[in-house]
Amino acid sequence: MAYPEHEHAPHSFWTRYVWSQDHKVIAVQYTITAIAVGLVALVLSNLMRLQIGFPGRFAFIDANHYYQFVTMHGMIMVIYLLTALFLGGFGNYLIPLMVGARDMVFPFLNMLSYWMYLLAVVVLMGSFFVPGGPTGAGWTLYPPQAILPGTPGSGGGIVLMLVSLAIFIVAATMGGLNYVTTVLQARTRGMTLMRLPLTVWGILVATIMALLAFPALFVSAVMMLFDKLLGTSFFMPAVVSMGQALAYKGGSPILFQHLFWFFGHPEVYIVALPAFGIVSDLISTHARKNIFGYRMMVWAIVIIGVLSFVVWAHHMYVSGMNPWFGFFFATTTLVIAVPTAIKVYNWLLTLWRGDIHLTVPMLFAIGFVSTFVIGGLTGLFLGNVSTDMPLSNTYFVVAHFHMVMGVSPILAIFGGIYHWYPKVTGRMMDDTLGKLHFWVTFVGSYAIYFPMHYLGILGMPRRYYAYDNYAFIPPSAQQLNAFITVAALVVGAFQLVFLYNLARSAFNGKPSGSNPWGSASLEWQTPENPPGHGNWGPALPEVHRWPYDYSVPGAEADFLPQTSTSPLGGDDAKPDKDTP
Amino acid sequence: MALAIVLVALVISAVLFHAFSPWWYTPLASNWALIDTTLSITLLITGAVFIAVNVFIAWCIVRFRHRDGHRAAFQPDNRRLERWLIALTGVGIAAMLTPGLFVYADLIRPPPSAAVIEAIGQQWQWRFRLPGPDGQLGSTDVRFIGPSNPFGLNPADPRGRDDILISEPEVHVQVNQPVKILLRSQDVLHDFFVQPFRTRMNMVPGMVTSFWLTPTKTGRYEILCAQLCGVGHFNMRGHVVVDDETGYRAWLGKQRVTLASFTPPPRTTSTAMAGGSPTTALVSQGQALAQSKGCVACHSPTTSAGVGPGWQGLYGKHERLAGGTMALVDEAYLREAITVPNSKLVEGFQPVMPKIDLNDQEVNALIAYIRSLSTKPAATTAQQ
Repeated sequence: MAYPEHEHAPHSFWTRYVWSQDHKVIAVQYTITAIAVGLVALVLSNLMRLQIGFPGRFAFIDANHYYQFVTMHGMIMVIYLLTALFLGGFGNYLIPLMVGARDMVFPFLNMLSYWMYLLAVVVLMGSFFVPGGPTGAGWTLYPPQAILPGTPGSGGGIVLMLVSLAIFIVAATMGGLNYVTTVLQARTRGMTLMRLPLTVWGILVATIMALLAFPALFVSAVMMLFDKLLGTSFFMPAVVSMGQALAYKGGSPILFQHLFWFFGHPEVYIVALPAFGIVSDLISTHARKNIFGYRMMVWAIVIIGVLSFVVWAHHMYVSGMNPWFGFFFATTTLVIAVPTAIKVYNWLLTLWRGDIHLTVPMLFAIGFVSTFVIGGLTGLFLGNVSTDMPLSNTYFVVAHFHMVMGVSPILAIFGGIYHWYPKVTGRMMDDTLGKLHFWVTFVGSYAIYFPMHYLGILGMPRRYYAYDNYAFIPPSAQQLNAFITVAALVVGAFQLVFLYNLARSAFNGKPSGSNPWGSASLEWQTPENPPGHGNWGPALPEVHRWPYDYSVPGAEADFLPQTSTSPLGGDDAKPDKDTP
Repeated sequence: MALAIVLVALVISAVLFHAFSPWWYTPLASNWALIDTTLSITLLITGAVFIAVNVFIAWCIVRFRHRDGHRAAFQPDNRRLERWLIALTGVGIAAMLTPGLFVYADLIRPPPSAAVIEAIGQQWQWRFRLPGPDGQLGSTDVRFIGPSNPFGLNPADPRGRDDILISEPEVHVQVNQPVKILLRSQDVLHDFFVQPFRTRMNMVPGMVTSFWLTPTKTGRYEILCAQLCGVGHFNMRGHVVVDDETGYRAWLGKQRVTLASFTPPPRTTSTAMAGGSPTTALVSQGQALAQSKGCVACHSPTTSAGVGPGWQGLYGKHERLAGGTMALVDEAYLREAITVPNSKLVEGFQPVMPKIDLNDQEVNALIAYIRSLSTKPAATTAQQ
């Protein structure tokens, strides 16, 4: 095969780094934008913690601002940081390299996807500058409240939020179609589906879920825009708001909740599955041991993906929906714990009898397992409908979802960045700074969220601007909140260490060589590092084995790359034997 | 190595924190002890898994840490072990789900003997309705809501004529008597949450939702709104009082307001103002305005400061204004503060008060209400 890609390689700065159609550049664009907007959300969370920890001390955080901070923090983190970074960042960078393709199959669409994403971010940030400010309806944007006076930003703020979400979904759809098609159609010779790294499996299934779930959010955003701007009544019953009878009639607020959570619950796994995949690969690589039960891991990802579409109403046990739904959704929700538990067991069994290198990526991967386990376990309290009753909408919920889809996916992202940074830049990130970043983030997250569960059990409701004069809340709860705020500020501040390391290592980092971790998977076998335009030089690679041939008995090195033709190891040397 | 130590330390601190934490359930005041039991079972199982996983990781880190010359085992799979783990997980899940579903079946089946009361939510206040002597609540609709019918009762429905209307944010229920609480909202989502009762439900405009319980302990409990309902959400306060039978009857006997006897806040009260002193009607009109215009989102009727100063004890007080000057809070001051917001800002607060559309008479009513929160004895003497 000829090698036309090199001639097509763009040469000007603009075509190379700005209007780029190269998946690697687009991935970096996505990542930098997501980190930048995530930084805004981090600052917002620290501001809201200041009010909770030291109420009234900071005069500029009034109730309006507080609810705006809460809302924007949540929406930015879930959609514009986590979703964008896992799919647009990791998905874009890793899929073509891991499946052995020269690029995404639709490079122009891929570029368009990033620019639409950037537009969505700009529109969202614009809402900070409209009269009334951004919406303060909570990230769930429940109507009628979201579009009625009495809620901050119920004018321009909510409109821009909904428009931005719609644009984001267009971007995610363009990217998503690309990722799925590339995985299914552009794998290199020998790369069967059952030889894909779990990272690709996680991103693939998450992307399919995103393509099926985001439309529900899209239509609810459009319908709410109509309710707000055109006076339709999709979600609006007849109401008397602030003493005024409004013209709405006959709509259902609960319909919105169904649509929102039909998107919202799969969204949890859209974030979790890529994290599962990344962590599986990090643990296997840095424990120098094949991932335990690969087939089971793949099936667990697929089963979780399917089941996550039939658990959404566990967010709505006390919403006023037909109470008989509770039985069904409690059962499906607890059943999904089984494939999830399998994943945890297999990570543990991968560590077992491994050769564990506690590198920075490995620290983050283990941190992920620990925080994900606690977040997953507290989910059993909330998924089981009767135990949800006293806990719903309290700080227990806040602690739960921050552990399971805040801290743990972020740790997976950090681990992934430390791991693949040498691939992207050809340089290592600083080890000492990386460890400092890990320790503060990991221990700090426990300090923030572990005690928070207890405030929820006590019954402290979430989304309260202040807790004055509630007799059942003892003064000690306020002291605990002050402690949590201090911990949150410290963790927030130490993310600067990461940013510094990220920026500085690009120029001053130690040169990494082509495969610093001794990884077996295909992305580390490119002829150049970082890979050039077209990734593979003149000829596409040929794959002969699964990506987990570590410490194969009889092999000289402790890993066999996927391109190795050695007769040892391999995915066919396989399971069914119970003994090692 | 450090990671192993930290993981074990985390587990130990978690257990110690749990053992010594002063933050736990408020004492149960309803029949839902089974919810607490299910929660304890869940805590036991999940706690054991949490400890086991972290300790196992720590042990692996120590035992299988990298040493020169050491090599990992090669073991792609172990079907038998996986089957065992799946079965064990299944048993654990069933042990939590089964009692949970049994409790839930009770939660959604109120006994036929349950008394019925209705709670109505509105930004940011609570109101209640009890069936009258006919034992039935009349039908309602948002379109009937008006100054003389804030509960939205259907005037054509005879069942509603004897319904007892309670406009204060406090309701009484009888101990050991099952009660089904019907929930309505006239504007946005709210949630009726009394932590010691354990169970709860959202209030959804356009429909009636409900939940039930049997209060088992007398006392006065706080009602919280636990569904974000706008900027005043955190201040939407109410109380439910669990009485013994005598206490309940005494309270019920005092509740006499029905639709026919409901007095709407008067539109013109020139006679009331003639004497220059606030009358009860004017005060209650002011109170209604404070709710309906949303003042209470920022101004609590207590001494505690929210977004703006609390109103209790405000009238007659000397306040330090932004800029350092002092001002006496009197009628003239309040009038200016209401009609020209932020002109005389109290120190420590932000200039965020919106201009509210009020006529002179309504401003008088608000002032009378604010004054009534500070000067009850003074007002009485002034009237003589």
